[in-house]
Amino acid sequence: MTAPAPRARLRDYVLPLVVFALALGVWEFAVRFWRIEPFVLPAPSAICASLVADWPILSAALRVTLATTAKALALATAGGVGLALVFAQSRWIERAFLPFAIVLQVTPVIAIAPLLLIWLDQETAVLVCAFLVAFFPILANTAMGLASTDRGLVELFTLYRASRWRTLTRLKLPAALPYFLNGLRIGGGLALIGAIVAELAAGAAGKGAGLAFRIAEAGYRLNIPRMFAALALVSLAGLAIYGTLALVSRLALRRWHESALHPDA
Amino acid sequence: MSAAEARLLTLRGVSRRFADAPALEALDLDLRRGEFLSLIGPSGCGKSTALRLIAGLIAPTSGAIEWAGGARPEIGFVFQTPTLMPWADVRTNVFLPLRLEGRSWRKARARVEAALERVGLADRARAYPRELSGGMAMRVSIARALVSEPSVLLMDEPFAALDEITRFRLNDDLARIVRDSATSVVFVTHSIFESVYLSSRVAVFSQAPGRIVETLAIDAPQPRDPDFRLSPLFSLYARRLADALNRTEGAP
Ligand SMILES: Nc1ncnc2c1ncn2[C@@H]1O[C@H](COP(=O)(O)OP(=O)(O)OP(=O)(O)O)[C@@H](O)[C@H]1O
Ligand SMILES: [Mg+2]
Repeated sequence: MTAPAPRARLRDYVLPLVVFALALGVWEFAVRFWRIEPFVLPAPSAICASLVADWPILSAALRVTLATTAKALALATAGGVGLALVFAQSRWIERAFLPFAIVLQVTPVIAIAPLLLIWLDQETAVLVCAFLVAFFPILANTAMGLASTDRGLVELFTLYRASRWRTLTRLKLPAALPYFLNGLRIGGGLALIGAIVAELAAGAAGKGAGLAFRIAEAGYRLNIPRMFAALALVSLAGLAIYGTLALVSRLALRRWHESALHPDA
Repeated sequence: MSAAEARLLTLRGVSRRFADAPALEALDLDLRRGEFLSLIGPSGCGKSTALRLIAGLIAPTSGAIEWAGGARPEIGFVFQTPTLMPWADVRTNVFLPLRLEGRSWRKARARVEAALERVGLADRARAYPRELSGGMAMRVSIARALVSEPSVLLMDEPFAALDEITRFRLNDDLARIVRDSATSVVFVTHSIFESVYLSSRVAVFSQAPGRIVETLAIDAPQPRDPDFRLSPLFSLYARRLADALNRTEGAP
């Protein structure tokens, strides 16, 4: 079953890159061969050119969107973990407040955004939208992790008369870590989506213009290459967030958790 | 010392139900100071439940559990499964009871290392639970129970996952530890030989719901040594215990 290491590397890293490059090549060729207009489908080279030419505008937008995402994720982490800890203390509190969290979760953020935009200034509204979507997976996963601590270990801590605090810090939190990290990874991707959706709903320019606004704006002006360039940046941002959080998760769980283990370790 | 004085723990008419099925029914049992008491009986008859009741991890549905002197003493518990913290290495797992007592690693280190030495795992102190075999993990769990030098040791089939040689060696170690430290032990096992070798008394459980149907005192001189395994006295007790077990298995 186990492929030799170099072959596995070839399969896992080199192959996807080669296929991706090939796809770009076919795309470039098709656009040139059939003379497709740039406002219908720009060639990769045109998109790259736009990326370079419009870099001042696009990089500023990227910074805005990334900052919103990062802030939202930080708030969602604090809020999600905090609320999960409160829920773990008492079933009553959990029963009382979980419905609110669920309602917020099942209501599409795009439907909440207009309301938030009336109540709050644009920047805050976008932040709150991104926070709302990232919050629930972190809460749900962390709460599940805290609740599914090994019963035997809980008994062991009881046997040694460990305080509630000790049991929390030495047992429940470490046991919940893999679940939390999983929630964080999902939440990271969702925070970006939330930010993009809210920016689209807000639709206003100004110094707080994010990538989604630049996409919409380029669309109105039929500047399709720039639209694609901004889109590529959104994808890259999503990949970078996912990759970073996956790496964090891997490093944190390196020694003990099955999900972090290399299959042939 | 009279018999009453020597008594450390008394269970009187202890029953425990789970959902609506009784696991233990009217259990009467006492544990004397420094005694090695084995519980033996068919699978599912409530032996693990009895240990958990003694440890105070679950409460009896009815009946009384009384410790001499009122409060429950410090207990070391070896669960039927290793129950290690997967995020911590072997020595951190063994350190746990001392850490929960508030001891620093610096002060506890020698004891942790001695406990690991005893179970033959001194060289695996830095390994993580997933890197251990089932038997090794069980030995870590035994080291963890021993490290706080408890006055009562509850062990739930601790050696079931080990090979015969290791098992014999740990049997001898355990016999020595118990003798030296005057620890009282309640030991659950499925092995007739192990219980005869180690015990001062063996309690035989009935089919579920468990009751004690017979208690057999092993009146052989202490300390026991490997020669005891080959003695006629050993065979005699093993035979008697096997007969007692057969009677319970046969009973409805
Ligand atoms: N937490 C629990 N919830 C419900 N039922 C339980 C629980 N723990 C034990 N039981 C039931 O109680 C009975 C006795 O279980 P116990 O684990 O004490 O048996 P045992 O004698 O230790 O068996 P074995 O030798 O197989 O380990 C079983 O029928 C089991 O299903
Ligand atoms: Mg059992």
